Amino acid sequence: MKIVLETRSIQKYFYSPQKFQVLDDINIKIQQGEFVSISGKSGCGKSTLLYVLSTMDLDYEGELFIDGTTMKAKTENQLAIVRNEKIGFVFQFHYLLNEFTVLKNVMLPALKLGKFTKKEIEHRAYEKLKALGIEDQALKKANLLSGGQKQRVAIARALINDPLIIMGDEPTGNLDKKNSQMVFEIFQKLAQDFGQTMLVVTHDPEFAAGCNRIIEMADGKIV
Amino acid sequence: MKISLLLNIAFSLLFSRKKQTLVAAVGVLFGIAAFITLLGFMNGLNDLLDGMVLNRTPHIRLYNDLKATERQPLEMAFPDTNTSHFIRSVKPGSGDLKIYNNEAIVSALKQDKRVIGVAPKVSTQVFYNVGSIDIAGVINGVEVAEEMRLYRFADYVSGGNPIDISLVPNSIILGKLAAEKMMAELGDVIQVTTASGERSTLKVVGFFQSGIQDFDKVQSFASIATTQKLLGKESSFITDLQVNLNDIALAPSLAIEYSRIFGLDALDIQTANSQFETGSRVRSIISYAVGITLLIVAGFGIYNILNMMIYEKMDTIAILKATGFSGADVRFIFISIAMLIGLAGSLSGLICGYLLSSLIDQIPFNTAALPTVKTYPVNYDLKYYVIGALFGFLTSYFAGYFPSRKASKVDAVVIIRGK
Repeated sequence: MKIVLETRSIQKYFYSPQKFQVLDDINIKIQQGEFVSISGKSGCGKSTLLYVLSTMDLDYEGELFIDGTTMKAKTENQLAIVRNEKIGFVFQFHYLLNEFTVLKNVMLPALKLGKFTKKEIEHRAYEKLKALGIEDQALKKANLLSGGQKQRVAIARALINDPLIIMGDEPTGNLDKKNSQMVFEIFQKLAQDFGQTMLVVTHDPEFAAGCNRIIEMADGKIV
Repeated sequence: MKISLLLNIAFSLLFSRKKQTLVAAVGVLFGIAAFITLLGFMNGLNDLLDGMVLNRTPHIRLYNDLKATERQPLEMAFPDTNTSHFIRSVKPGSGDLKIYNNEAIVSALKQDKRVIGVAPKVSTQVFYNVGSIDIAGVINGVEVAEEMRLYRFADYVSGGNPIDISLVPNSIILGKLAAEKMMAELGDVIQVTTASGERSTLKVVGFFQSGIQDFDKVQSFASIATTQKLLGKESSFITDLQVNLNDIALAPSLAIEYSRIFGLDALDIQTANSQFETGSRVRSIISYAVGITLLIVAGFGIYNILNMMIYEKMDTIAILKATGFSGADVRFIFISIAMLIGLAGSLSGLICGYLLSSLIDQIPFNTAALPTVKTYPVNYDLKYYVIGALFGFLTSYFAGYFPSRKASKVDAVVIIRGK
């Protein structure tokens, strides 16, 4: 199996208010098609780890490999391209742009990537929305949708570039029971039916239980 | 594709804050409109004021000055360089003001490519006789057609047609103030005495008004022939040659050249009227300074709205960065927002500036000094519009530069984790 993401002894410190080690010797490997969750108590460093893995947080020691290449030597621009091409994000908050329609929100990362023509991208975005059952909302402004719908749009946006890995930071954290369940089902379906590699930070034990593998963290270490 | 996407995002952000955008654009509009109006009006006035003198002044005037001969006979007799000559109480020799061989000089000048035109002139001092009183004056014998072409003579003649002095024998265009003193009306006949004591009668066919009192009190115009007749001189008697050039900047050097070639005294316009150029320049600098200040104020407007927008749109910036837009992309988006505001403000500012200028152009401005000017003068030189637009773009660029740099440095992790 191909290894999508690998870390070698990642360490990270917070310096304010005082020096504090948040991540201690993190070594993980995520293979293609795995549905992995990182769980642990609040403050154990699981989100911090995710943002290091997301290439957005550059302040760490150790090595991070995505798709076999190290991220350490890359410039900000190159990292942006990596995120655009290889990583899809689903956060606790949906982060949709209210100025745009749902469809445009989904299309944005693909337009940035520029691999397909605008027409093809539009078609693909429709496909993703359809798969998530919200294609009828496509032409609405993003702020007119319900919380659950918005999160589904965010998932569609994460999928648009067919990323190597989807990273989620408490993707159900802001949702009620019913919507949480639905989002969880979407993730499971993605893992089972499409073999989508996923790495999700969650403190919801039910969510974690549904994954292939659980990485348990405590005090900055994997236990 | 990529730039159009970024511009598309910029547009959307812009339209999400219509009112603020409008206020910022109006700021630029106001700055540019004021800049254009101010410069147009100021330079219109400059042109008018300068024109009062400069239009009437030949670029080079060739004449015979009354002065002592530079090489005294004694020096010619003893050219030895080791000898020093001490000559006291040197006086000018002949008082002859005539330019000899002037026809040849005129035709030589007319063949010079740098010369637009040559207008010969005879000027003489006279007394205007009003009852028992004599008023000192000067009659300029001119070639009217050339004078009108080169020096806008017609602009300064009120009542009557300037051509008449060349058509009506023994006619004169009197200085406006001199005419008032003499209570001379159009068609009246006045009497003048020349310096040599000859008396003549002349018919008034118009009034000359330059707006400069000392000038209008004294100067009158007649045809060259009439003046020569007054003086009792032959038809080749010319005292001045007025030369106008294609490029006014060449005047000082050409004055020296002509002076040497023709053996005449030459006075160039820059030397004769240096104070006017200085005045115009200072007025221009003041209007530029005021205009640019207004634009800088408008720039702060753009700066403010961008700063606010960046705080409001932190989420947008964060997600753009998370989904693969680089810091440079984000910077480009916000710079474009600033430039779009600047562009809209500048273009509408140029139009408003033009409209305001033409409005000022309609306001009546009647001054006794300037008979042909009926409304406030405005200069519509394209130059000011180009400079205005350029400064508009420049201020909006700089106003956008710092906020957009800040936007590009927004740390997506901090924003996303803060939620």
